[in-house]
Amino acid sequence: MPARIEDHSRTILDTAVVIDGAPIVTEKKVDALTRVLKKLFSEAGRVREDGLYMPMGPDGKSKGYLFIGFETVEQADNAVRGLNNKRLDNKHTLLVNKFTDIKKYGDDDEEDEEYNEPPEQPYVEQEHLRSWLKEPNSVDQFILYKGESVGVFWNRKSEVPEVNVNRSNWTETYVAWSPLGTYLCSVHHQGVQLWGGDEFGRKARFIHPGVQLLDFSPCENYLVTWSPEPIQLIPENSPMRASFPFTTADEGKQIVVWNVQTGMPVRTFSSAVGPDSENGPGPQGPKKISWPAFKWTSDDKYLARVVPGQQIFVYETPGMGLLDKKSIRIDGVVDFEFSPAVIKGTGKKDEPEHVISYWTPEMNNQSARVTLMTIPSKEVIRTRNLFNVAECRLHWQNKGAFLCVKVVRFTKTKKSTFTNLEFFRLNEKNIPIEVVELKETVINFAWEPAGDRLVIISTSDVPTAPGAPLGARPPPGKVPGMPGPGGPIKTSVSFYGLERSKGVNGQFRQIMTVERKSSNSIFWSSNGRFVVVAAVGGTSNNTGELDFWDFDFEGEKKEIPGAEEVPANLTLMASGQHYQLTDIEWDPTGRYVATSSSMWGRAMETGYRIWDLKGQLLREEHVERFKQFLWRPRPPTLLTKDQQREVRKNLREYSKVFDQEDIAEESQASKELIAQRLRLLEEWRAWRKAVEAELAADRGGVVPLAFKSEEDGTEIIEEIVEEVISEKEEEIED
Amino acid sequence: MRPILLKGHERPLTQLKYNKEGDLLFSTARDKIVNVYYSHNGERLGTYSGHQGALWSVDVDPTSTIAATGAADNTIKLWEVRSGRCIHTWNFPTAVKVVQFNEDGNMLLAITEQRMGYQGTVYVFPVIIDVEAKQAEEPIIKFSSPENKFTKAGWSYLNKWIITGHLDGSVSKYDAKTGELLQKVVVHEKEVTDLQFARDMTYFITTSKDKTARILDTKNLKIMKTFVADAPLNTGAITPLKDYVILGGGQDAKDVTTTGSRQGKFEARFYHKIFEDEIGRLKGHFGPLNHIAVHPAGTGFASGGEDGYVRVHHFDKSYFDFLYDVERMRPE
Repeated sequence: MPARIEDHSRTILDTAVVIDGAPIVTEKKVDALTRVLKKLFSEAGRVREDGLYMPMGPDGKSKGYLFIGFETVEQADNAVRGLNNKRLDNKHTLLVNKFTDIKKYGDDDEEDEEYNEPPEQPYVEQEHLRSWLKEPNSVDQFILYKGESVGVFWNRKSEVPEVNVNRSNWTETYVAWSPLGTYLCSVHHQGVQLWGGDEFGRKARFIHPGVQLLDFSPCENYLVTWSPEPIQLIPENSPMRASFPFTTADEGKQIVVWNVQTGMPVRTFSSAVGPDSENGPGPQGPKKISWPAFKWTSDDKYLARVVPGQQIFVYETPGMGLLDKKSIRIDGVVDFEFSPAVIKGTGKKDEPEHVISYWTPEMNNQSARVTLMTIPSKEVIRTRNLFNVAECRLHWQNKGAFLCVKVVRFTKTKKSTFTNLEFFRLNEKNIPIEVVELKETVINFAWEPAGDRLVIISTSDVPTAPGAPLGARPPPGKVPGMPGPGGPIKTSVSFYGLERSKGVNGQFRQIMTVERKSSNSIFWSSNGRFVVVAAVGGTSNNTGELDFWDFDFEGEKKEIPGAEEVPANLTLMASGQHYQLTDIEWDPTGRYVATSSSMWGRAMETGYRIWDLKGQLLREEHVERFKQFLWRPRPPTLLTKDQQREVRKNLREYSKVFDQEDIAEESQASKELIAQRLRLLEEWRAWRKAVEAELAADRGGVVPLAFKSEEDGTEIIEEIVEEVISEKEEEIED
Repeated sequence: MRPILLKGHERPLTQLKYNKEGDLLFSTARDKIVNVYYSHNGERLGTYSGHQGALWSVDVDPTSTIAATGAADNTIKLWEVRSGRCIHTWNFPTAVKVVQFNEDGNMLLAITEQRMGYQGTVYVFPVIIDVEAKQAEEPIIKFSSPENKFTKAGWSYLNKWIITGHLDGSVSKYDAKTGELLQKVVVHEKEVTDLQFARDMTYFITTSKDKTARILDTKNLKIMKTFVADAPLNTGAITPLKDYVILGGGQDAKDVTTTGSRQGKFEARFYHKIFEDEIGRLKGHFGPLNHIAVHPAGTGFASGGEDGYVRVHHFDKSYFDFLYDVERMRPE
């Protein structure tokens, strides 16, 4: 072929894409399908006149593949990037490839007729991303971020933490762990980086200019990032263009969902959800973004977000298409939560089902309502009508067995509010609901992890600051303060439990209430049983008060009238205080509690403390310009339920061994300390001796005035001098 | 340990000084007067008035005959200790921040502040320990450090060197005869706030706003020990008899009103000199500690605070009995 023609044909061929996986249709429906596809692909660019060619088979049916020609190469590239793996409907997923690619990889070229065995790639050892779990004593790691340096340390209890890595300027704004602890995320202006393995080498980079917030899916498969700067394309000729992952379709978007494995964006979204279109422009004013923008199901299968008042968008991974290609329209919907558990399919298919719970306020003469719906079958399994509702919050127990809806209700006069707790029991037939009515306003609420007990903090004073999403961690990067009350309001802390032995008839009973506290936050150990109730934030003298509670105290059982059937022996083990603390975190094994006061929380005195679960202070360190303390999370245990039970049964045997190890370690440590001190003492004394000898030689026996003593021994002479200041005589008459 | 609370000043304290025997305690404050107390019971011997500005520093010669004071009225005054009579005045272009007698009591070291185009300057004046004698007007030597402001200074043993602390956290060693800069080391990240010698002047402690205190070897300015505190430090002293150091400081006075009292850190802290561990704290002042002086015999100490109080402490038996295990194992 002459070069000129070849050039031309290359351009033509470069603008063509091959689409596979399209529905196979008969002659009659070809037009309809062409229309749909044309419309779909015009998203990516302009389809050339007569640019769509769908070959037909001899049987009069289409072959399921077709060709589309665009006007430019870029548009064709867009189509490949944006529409590959596009789900047309339940049965059909489009595979879009460049025609030239198909030719390049698919066609056997003349000279390559013979099959050449590809050269064997040498095996490259990959780092073990979870190697920290191999520590024989299950010692946990944590991040300390102070000044400009970020370090990962091993917890050495009361001793100085042992450095794993320590780097300065590792991050520009803050650091975070991925939810299973595999990666450390550093946040830079250019994007997010993931680090992992023994030496914390770089594992992934996600280019997202101006990124501020990030959120992982629960299984670490996806990463969601948000930047206040809408994505702008880098000019074509820039050298950065090659590594820039976005295309024209992503322009102006602010939220990016990434595949952690490939490091490529899966889909981009606008941060403001438009009124009608799926992700239309919408007002992008200074409106606050609610973070995390998407809520995930526990298995990373679905992610969803709400357009308040209108609908919930549920997207399906990995294609990131809308579930059933349409949003769930719910008039008035305010908020929703996924259940953390997966339930067995109820419908025709055996597909695992998820439960989504959402609530709608009173409107159009309809009562407020909490609804449970299954995903993906969209079957409503339970509704609950509520009246005089000011606000609802949905709290799932972490195993999905219970849902507690905290309903803030108006009194009849509408002047004040009170709180109802509506307990949904997902594991019982027909999902029975139990109501606990409280006179006070509940400001915080937390389920025992994997348990049926809970802690409530309530107050009769109405808090001045509206409560932030309770139980949710504040977004990293923001000032990590909890929803602190404006002033030192008095709160009461109540402990509830389910009468487990009564089965279905069991009710949630109050175990204990502690009045006149200033606590506002609840921190459960990840394994349940132990809970820390604390006063976080604020400036009053009580801030930083910590109470360490044990629900199953191994000691004398106290009978609590009215709650005999609740399996609990609640005991306050210890109280402590960490003035101006800003963050509290349990270690992932539930053995230690770290409290920290960060300079982001405007604490004057920054640093961290480590306590054991009994509330004993193990370590206290003041750190200048201290920013973050983060325990490294652990993936869920690999032991089966039986194995776990076995461990629990033989706990005494294990603890004997551990105690001995602890004692050995301690005595070793104290031996080292004594040796160290001895050395210091010897060094000092040797130095003093040398210096004194030298000084004596220098002085040559001359004693300066300052060291001359006239007599040995001191003598205190105290003189009492009486001085008559004035004298006055008065006659006193009887 | 029950302190004797001395309310002799109306403004923040600036310096305290025991005489050689430790029976007298001199105190200066911003209220323009010097107070002299009996240290064992806190009874006031008298007050020296005459300065027109805040007092920054005081010292007394080894025979307790003459006291020298430096003040913000740009003067150094010499006083007869016994009577409180002012016997001499030297005038300077700027405020006098430090005065100190040498170990022989025949020379007086002074530093003046860097201000109004005048450089901070170190002066050494000859002094005759006789209240009737005529004192020389001119210094033996004077030198300045243009780029680096002096904050504190002191004599070394045998009058060999003058050690100075600086605003940038460095410590310098000058030849006391020629004024030549012999050595300069950066010891702290922030201003050196105090510089006090051990009894035999072979080592000294510096404190700084960077929340650390350090012990340096006078001879080679080598850092021997480091003490880390949790608040900016204004003062530190080395205790004779026991191997401790006492540090004081706290939140800056200007920040106190904006924070809770409990964060102020207005405690005197005791550290073990050799092991660098904190071993105790003593509460009392309700403002930052500006100066700590230790009794020359090591039996007590006095602290002066921003709150205007002087607290004189006599140590209890437990203070003297306390020993680390290793100290018991290897008695000196």
